[in-house]
Amino acid sequence: MQRHLISAADLTRDDAVLILDTAEEMSRVADRPIKKLPTLRGRTVVNLFFEDSTRTRISFEAAEKRLSADVINFSAKGSSVSKGESLKDTAQTLEAMGVDAVVIRHGASGAPYRLANSGWIDAAVINAGDGTHQHPTQALLDAFTMRRRLVGRDAGLGHDLAGKRVTIVGDVLHSRVARSNVDLLHTLGAEVTLVAPPTLLPVGIGTWPCEVSYDLDSTLPKSDAVMMLRVQRERMNAAFFPTEREYSRRYGLDGDRMAKMPEHAIVMHPGPMVRGMEITAQVADSERCTAIEQVANGVSIRMAVLYLLLGGNEPALTNTRTEEK
Amino acid sequence: MDTQASDARPVLEGPDIARVLTRIAHEIVERAKGADDVVLLGIPTRGVFLAQRLAAKLEEITERKVPCGSLDITMYRDDLRMHPPRALARTDIPGDGIDGRLVVLVDDVLFSGRTIRAALDALNDIGRPRAVQLAVLVDRGHRELPIRADYVGKNLPTSLRETVKVQLAEEDGRDTVLLGVKQTAQ
Repeated sequence: MQRHLISAADLTRDDAVLILDTAEEMSRVADRPIKKLPTLRGRTVVNLFFEDSTRTRISFEAAEKRLSADVINFSAKGSSVSKGESLKDTAQTLEAMGVDAVVIRHGASGAPYRLANSGWIDAAVINAGDGTHQHPTQALLDAFTMRRRLVGRDAGLGHDLAGKRVTIVGDVLHSRVARSNVDLLHTLGAEVTLVAPPTLLPVGIGTWPCEVSYDLDSTLPKSDAVMMLRVQRERMNAAFFPTEREYSRRYGLDGDRMAKMPEHAIVMHPGPMVRGMEITAQVADSERCTAIEQVANGVSIRMAVLYLLLGGNEPALTNTRTEEK
Repeated sequence: MDTQASDARPVLEGPDIARVLTRIAHEIVERAKGADDVVLLGIPTRGVFLAQRLAAKLEEITERKVPCGSLDITMYRDDLRMHPPRALARTDIPGDGIDGRLVVLVDDVLFSGRTIRAALDALNDIGRPRAVQLAVLVDRGHRELPIRADYVGKNLPTSLRETVKVQLAEEDGRDTVLLGVKQTAQ
């Protein structure tokens, strides 16, 4: 039986906590002189990136190499995809080469799901971001960062994020990070509030397991973590707000706004940051901003996911919701 | 372990285990000529508690603090591909590291020797000890690899149909070593 990680919504609370706990142990490998474990020796993982990415691709590659997997990098630019090859043919080419797992980033929402359930390949599929749909490992590393900062490294082991108040601010409409985070944080017991201009909220947001607000200033004092999202200019095909200045005045996080947050509260950003837009340099460089920590934690989370999906004879995760029976 | 028979009989009780650990501690001091460079590393789960108890005894004997940590071997097991991935346990190497030190691995039961092989591999990635020794509470035989213990609490000749279960107060609420008979699958 093949298992995949397609959506953060597929994870049960116990699966998610297991991934976070595993990542906590994986993170200790980074402190060693030899940052390598033999666990995935002889397994081949393909990083199939149809969209640009710096941190996610490098992070997956680092995680795969630390677990001794053989890594093949594939980016759409400079491959047969630019000659018109379909996802199916690309997938079957990889299958013929004997690949054990495919880490896929794709501009089309649902591409990883298609890949996992089409019968084109036997390999495990890990979603590294698809369109405006999901980015489950990002949500996991965000939850990991929150648990470390708000609960504690060792105190957090075995625990979820029950009762923590998380505010996600910005371009929710185009954000797979926001979707994945709302799903996972809800599973982990946190209370999520989305703050954005009405034009940057998707239709049907009323059905999401979270609160929605248009007013950042009133939400900040009751937040344990504030996650700033990048305004995705490349996906902006309409006028969602009058000017960038107006956006950053109402929804950007600056020093004054940060001062309204509780003292223990942290500022998160999935990156890449656009300084001066959604976050000022003063906030981005402050002690409370975890952006760099999130990158480091990303490697640990991806090691944990790879280990739990590929380390044994069958995956340790019990997610069944995406599978077509 | 879940096939533990209900009529398992104890072969070591609390006071026996305490005596055995005291003896092993003295043996370590004797063989290491004072034990000044000893680092104890327990193999989770129960090896860690045994290592901590040994460290306490060594401190009593030498009046010096003995570094004590844990070494998780899950990722180095040779049967990883035969089971679903196991949850990881903590690897905690004492601050000064293991380079040039005498590492004493501590585990509860020595059986096939495969755990210890994995532990030696894991050690290899962490540093280069001066020497590695092995202390176990129970040696039940049936080695599958050329590995032996330097310090043995109790040699327990068993058949492969039997099970050996160590219970320690820290994890199970009481100290005992149980010898049972494996229940055959129905």
